[in-house]
Amino acid sequence: MPHRIEIKLKSGYNDANGARTASEIQSYLGYRVDGVKVVDVYTIDAELDAQSLSSLAAELCDPVIQEWAVDSPMASEFDWLVEVAFRPGVTDNVGRTATESARMVLTDAFGKENAIYTSRQYLIKGELDRNSVEDIATGLLCNTLIQRHRIAFKDEFNWDGGMSVEVPKVTETATPEAKAISLEISDEELVQLSREMTLALSLEEMKVIQAYYRRDDVQALRNEKGLPKAPTDVEIEVFAQTWSEHCKHKIFSANIDYRDGENSEQISSLYKSYIQKTTKEVRTLLGDEDYCLSVFKDNAGVWKFTDDWNVVFKVETHNSPSALDPYGGALTGIVGVNRDPHGTGKGSSLFCNTNVFCLADPFYKGELPPRLLHPRRVMEGVREGVEHGGNKSGIPTVNGSLVFDERFLGKPLVFCGTGGIMPAEINGEPSHEKLAYPGDRVIMVGGRIGKDGIHGATFSSEELHEGSPATAVQIGDPITQKRMTDFLLRARDEGLMTCLTDNGAGGLSSSIGEMAEGPGGARIDLAHAPLKYQGLQPWEIFISEAQERMTAAVSPEKLDRFKFLAEEMGVEATDLGEYTAGPWLELFYDGQPVAVFDMDFLHNGLPKMNLNAIWEAPEDAPVTLPAREDLTDDLNAMLGRLDICSKEYWVRQYDHEVQGGSVVKPLCGAEHDGPSDAAVVRPILELMKGVAVSHGICPRYSDIDAYHMSACAVDEAMRNLVCVGANPDKVAALDNFCWCDPVKSSGTPDGEYKLAQLVRSAKALKDVCVAYRMPLVSGKDSMKNDYSIGDTKISIPPTLLVTAVGELDDVSLAVTMDAKKAGDLVYLVGDTFNDMGKSQYLDMIGVDGGCVPKLRNPENTIQTYRWLHRAIKGKLVASCHDLSDGGLAVAAAETAFSGNLGMRLDLRNVKGDVPRDEIALFSETPGRLLVTVAPSSKEAFEVVMGDVATCIGQINEETRLRITGLEGDTIIDSDISRLKGSWQKTLRFSEGPNE
Amino acid sequence: MSKARAIVLAGNGINCEKETAYACRLAGADDVDIVYLWDLAAGEASLDGYQLVCCPGGFLDGDDLGSARASAIRLRHTQINGQSLLEQFSTHAKQGGLVLGICNGFQLMIKLGLLPALDNQLGVPQATLTWNNSGRFEDRWVALKADPESPCIFTKGVEYMELPVRHGEGQIVAPEETMIQIRQRHQGPLMYIDPNTGAATEEYPLNPNGTRFGIAALTDTTGRLFGLMPHPEAFLHRTNHPRWTRETLPEEGAGLQIFTNAINYIKENM
Repeated sequence: MPHRIEIKLKSGYNDANGARTASEIQSYLGYRVDGVKVVDVYTIDAELDAQSLSSLAAELCDPVIQEWAVDSPMASEFDWLVEVAFRPGVTDNVGRTATESARMVLTDAFGKENAIYTSRQYLIKGELDRNSVEDIATGLLCNTLIQRHRIAFKDEFNWDGGMSVEVPKVTETATPEAKAISLEISDEELVQLSREMTLALSLEEMKVIQAYYRRDDVQALRNEKGLPKAPTDVEIEVFAQTWSEHCKHKIFSANIDYRDGENSEQISSLYKSYIQKTTKEVRTLLGDEDYCLSVFKDNAGVWKFTDDWNVVFKVETHNSPSALDPYGGALTGIVGVNRDPHGTGKGSSLFCNTNVFCLADPFYKGELPPRLLHPRRVMEGVREGVEHGGNKSGIPTVNGSLVFDERFLGKPLVFCGTGGIMPAEINGEPSHEKLAYPGDRVIMVGGRIGKDGIHGATFSSEELHEGSPATAVQIGDPITQKRMTDFLLRARDEGLMTCLTDNGAGGLSSSIGEMAEGPGGARIDLAHAPLKYQGLQPWEIFISEAQERMTAAVSPEKLDRFKFLAEEMGVEATDLGEYTAGPWLELFYDGQPVAVFDMDFLHNGLPKMNLNAIWEAPEDAPVTLPAREDLTDDLNAMLGRLDICSKEYWVRQYDHEVQGGSVVKPLCGAEHDGPSDAAVVRPILELMKGVAVSHGICPRYSDIDAYHMSACAVDEAMRNLVCVGANPDKVAALDNFCWCDPVKSSGTPDGEYKLAQLVRSAKALKDVCVAYRMPLVSGKDSMKNDYSIGDTKISIPPTLLVTAVGELDDVSLAVTMDAKKAGDLVYLVGDTFNDMGKSQYLDMIGVDGGCVPKLRNPENTIQTYRWLHRAIKGKLVASCHDLSDGGLAVAAAETAFSGNLGMRLDLRNVKGDVPRDEIALFSETPGRLLVTVAPSSKEAFEVVMGDVATCIGQINEETRLRITGLEGDTIIDSDISRLKGSWQKTLRFSEGPNE
Repeated sequence: MSKARAIVLAGNGINCEKETAYACRLAGADDVDIVYLWDLAAGEASLDGYQLVCCPGGFLDGDDLGSARASAIRLRHTQINGQSLLEQFSTHAKQGGLVLGICNGFQLMIKLGLLPALDNQLGVPQATLTWNNSGRFEDRWVALKADPESPCIFTKGVEYMELPVRHGEGQIVAPEETMIQIRQRHQGPLMYIDPNTGAATEEYPLNPNGTRFGIAALTDTTGRLFGLMPHPEAFLHRTNHPRWTRETLPEEGAGLQIFTNAINYIKENM
């Protein structure tokens, strides 16, 4: 019989979690409650005597402040009780740890078949009706997709004598077998099959598979290998995974007919033409100085940091899962991207995380379309997901941002990045190379396989629809992964593996599929795979994306040591089969063949798509700026805008300095709350050489021209790095495209335009990266960021995130953005133009039109950055801040209040084309920076910078920002504490989002 | 002078072993070994021969049952040669060894009852570390002062120090009389202070978790067992400080003194 152990705080102690929940109920949902208390419930699925249960309860409980009860309710003094538990099969990390603890305490009395499941009771005091409590339960306490809840009014609870015992155990009885699925069906039936199985394969692709199985040589092989004529479900599922947009990047590989007015151009593969070629051209330009080591072939890009160390970096997106369960989606996003650099080359250790979120307004008041969560909930969920994923893994979250647009209601964008570092050589071999050999064992390491994460790759290759599978959602388990990465680094250093890769999208099918390309093939028995629970079908085992797993290749003579070390370190390592010389990938279940793949057809059999792109150039829309009453109020309002305001609330909840190498933190300045432009960390504590990390993102500009959106994003990433003192001549970049579906169809009639936006974006990426000599080392695209249910379709604005990673030879030359001393001179670097299109300012005052911000001459801009870098290395720069959202006025206010100093500026000295004060203040022309310089460095600074830097003002003790307009009158005059207050109040720390 | 040997524990969710080991080396330790808890549990390594045991920060067992609780269960129930790992720690302490617990390592020590060990009651939990009053994890720098009358050898000579805290469960909680005893017996050697007044504070955010009397650390009666919530190993170089680009600071970070005090004590007394 199962039992319940309940634990609550002794009276007299503050229930911080309860208090936080109470305040969230009030601030998020608007219900008044008199208090919330929390009871933790452990459901023990084991036959145990009273003595054992008591000793277990005593261990689970904190004897100083908590008390426990076995099979007797602890809840009291409440009006409503909500109990939230996980649905069967959902990762329950606390339950897993409690199970391990029970085995320590009770040894053999708590067997392998026994388990502990957790749930939590919220005891709510307050005058609420059942509907309101239901609303609180589903709107805050519980995500019904992965959790279930029970509600009890105090009288019901007392009548029933507490809550009944429920064990959320998976009880699947299906016998595992591979089923043959005939493809000898009509075209309509093929389409229907694809949709029903969540294959996300088009009719054309289904027909390619159909034709493959009609081939005589294929049938002869199947006969020889003992497989049925028709493909098995394992085979069809693996084709769907391997050929998914998510894994195969079909749109980036397509043949595109691009038309721009009269001109037309044939592009065969955007990826080859604009991504790969960018890097190739840059590497040629760099010549002997080329620092790239491994680009676009492994899980992450690798380049040289010093003679002894290599840096590894990867940025991923996790948009679709985060739409359904923001916490789990973001958590698996971060622990998932951690495995990429970890599994690159022979393996790296991880030294930083980044995250960028694109979300809808958390104060959104409109109707929510079906299946969408409120943006506030998405925001808090993804924040907490990255908090748990990053903090628990011991990787500092050093850089990121939040971008808001109402269209991200349809799908939030969750970008997660990770940097790793590895010795240049490991056991005498280059660390960035790896290869499995025929005869090596195929070893799965880490977590177990469940139904969680099934169809993640195909699901993210579709729009969010009514039938989107809930199994695609999962919760990460940072501690299991941490144990695994500790173990694998130790195994790496002992030389126990020949090859290592991550199990991400597509699970074993993609990790084994990729690794088998080296030796030629593999033979796998899926029945050996360790499962979370019984009842998984062979195809589910092979494609499950259950987290925290890597696949290693281990030569047979090293297998014993590998397995011994794994077991000692609490890590499961399972032998699934062997790599072979190929040319087949053969799968068995308990000795019976269930699938055979021709490796060449699996990887190269997919025909290219042929797509059309038609660019419609935006019409010139000159903008007439209305006369404004008070630009001081405008500036304060600008500072409070979601895209601009302080994100301290988020940043504080991420550990941004674990590992001890923090140099420039996300927050800087006199009161540790100014917005840093980029992060600087020392990954190797013995060295003063540092890595700098930044990003650029500006999706709004896509509404005018995605070319300039991209160009500005690339420049912003580079500019942010230059601000902190990174060398602009040694920067590697990563590109992450997140697009709405650009393939024309009945559901996407404007696909040709969206594809043209993509083409233009890719062109700009190449143009600017080549001009900046900045190689692309890794990237990813996510192409189906649309929501479509019923009549509602929401497509995200086309978005390119550029992550730039640079270095400082000596971190003690790093610069931060806060004004340093009264008397310092203020310089504006770069010219200002009338680039008000899609600017924060026009959006705020509700005026359309204007020119999109343009990077007019990238060759000149990079030269400016080189000069500025020379000035920084010469210690001539006191502070440096990037001008982006909100332009000069926002950058000036931030510089002043972060330094707790006043500033005077005169707009008459601003160079470029600035016919109006508002344009000088708020234009978002790229390539500009605000620099402060000590008077003693004035001359030297001006010599280095020439005429690209213009002195426009001075820092003072007044604690006011005063700006003289073009007419010579004071147009902005505000106390810096008011400016800072405006900037901080929108998303204020500790209270959550405020109105 | 004896050779100073430090063991820095790692694995199962410990995250700060590298910088903690680096701090020990900078402080002058002759040997510093990073040892996985798994190797201790398998009997392949032990605390024998080390004078300083460091329990670094992290999330032991993910802090799933509350900070460090699951690992405290492991240490109490893992037997090596008829002795539990907790007893190995107690023996080390009784024989004059030093133990330093930082953040999650401090949480482990308090849950094992190694701190505050009032009346030398090692292994009896007398206080605990639980959720910050905000209910949230936070990374922020705090100002600290040391209690000059504390027996703690790690904080000797420390007057003022700024360090980062990075925790969600950093509030020291105990029955009122225990808290008063801790203060009266000077077993709370570091306090969160308001840098403007120099006075210990319970005010958020100067005191990030709300601990009574502003206490940020605990020591036992001998001063050789020490646990603190702030991270001294995160401030070993001036560029770690959040205002280093605007202030003149010594090259060496202030956090190093905690480690130098320990290593110097070992070299002079053991």
